Amino acid sequence: MQTRLMELTVGLFVCLGLAALLIMTLQVSTDNGMRGGETYTVIARFENTGSLRSRAPVTLAGVRVGRVGNIRINPQTFDAEVELIISSQYDFMPDDTGASIYTSGLLGEQYIALEPGGSPNNLEDGDRLRFTQSALVLERLIGQFLSSMGQD
Amino acid sequence: MNGLFDTLFGALGRATLFLGQVIGGLPGLLPRPRLVIQQVYAVGVLSMIIVIISGLFVGMVLGLQGYNTLARFGAAESLGVIVALSLIRELGPVLTALLFAGRAGSSIAAEIGLMKTTEQLSAMEMMAVDPIKRVIGPRFIASVIAVPLLTFILTAIGIFGGHLIGVSLLGVDAGAYWGQIQNTVEFREDIFQGLIIKSLVFGVLVGWIAVYQGYTADPTSEGVSRATTHTVVISSLAVLGMDFILTGLLFSGV
Repeated sequence: MQTRLMELTVGLFVCLGLAALLIMTLQVSTDNGMRGGETYTVIARFENTGSLRSRAPVTLAGVRVGRVGNIRINPQTFDAEVELIISSQYDFMPDDTGASIYTSGLLGEQYIALEPGGSPNNLEDGDRLRFTQSALVLERLIGQFLSSMGQD
Repeated sequence: MNGLFDTLFGALGRATLFLGQVIGGLPGLLPRPRLVIQQVYAVGVLSMIIVIISGLFVGMVLGLQGYNTLARFGAAESLGVIVALSLIRELGPVLTALLFAGRAGSSIAAEIGLMKTTEQLSAMEMMAVDPIKRVIGPRFIASVIAVPLLTFILTAIGIFGGHLIGVSLLGVDAGAYWGQIQNTVEFREDIFQGLIIKSLVFGVLVGWIAVYQGYTADPTSEGVSRATTHTVVISSLAVLGMDFILTGLLFSGV
């Protein structure tokens, strides 16, 4: 009887521990639809990536569809080449899709927003995006504003 | 100087060989799961109360402190992220391991040390029962099982404690609390690497130190008391040091 009670409490303990892990997996964490799934990679060239980091979100119409992979410099053009790793379930993007770097909120992290074009062909793995818009650099913006003020 | 060198590395070497012996003896436990269940009860179930209460209070304190700082920047909605990330990545595994070392590691070391002092271990050897398989193995594997489970419980309760203070008392929006947590915490990065790997490593570490200290205790009452103290001190330091290494390894790569 004593051992049975002990086994019972040990069983309860194990269940409770695993339940806590399950709660955290389901309720607390998110896989952002990116866990282990198939992906394809396209490359976008930006003049300036601002403070974009690897693993930043890639969104389409505000919905997260992928993440930023490697960011490197093209030694010929001195532009930044950003890998966009997009989940294969979104394989219907037109090949004239554009990419822009935006900031979420006023002080939030930077992310890439995709804007689909109208081409009948779809993006494929390894494609390059033709239309990109660089990150907004606040200092440059203020500089332009001041110089245009000066001209008036 | 030479003596210190020898003590340090000699002890590490002996402890590593001992760990190999213990792990080598583990398959022998498969036909006798009851030995392990008994130890999971002793080190796991009986540690649950302290872990639950600590988790609740740590979560509540994080909620209070986080709220005071975040409210100054008008970012009280991010309270959930602060509570959840600090618990999942650092506090949950480390705190559980420290509590476990104090609550269960010390009792393992004392029990084994006393068995050695009263010559129960030699009596077993006399009866051709290997004490490493019969006594040490179950206690070691029970620690490896219990620490991760206790960590999960402490972390979940802690996040709930943060909810209790943040949402119920201070009036953070419940949707914002959980929504922000869900947006930020990622399974592979935070839960798998932070929680599961860290707690497993800490379980092995604390269990190993406790059984080794007990097994090599001087067979006197002083020796047993020293083994108990050493277990708590060494495992606490080892856990904190290992946590730094693991955090560097797991979270530095972008």
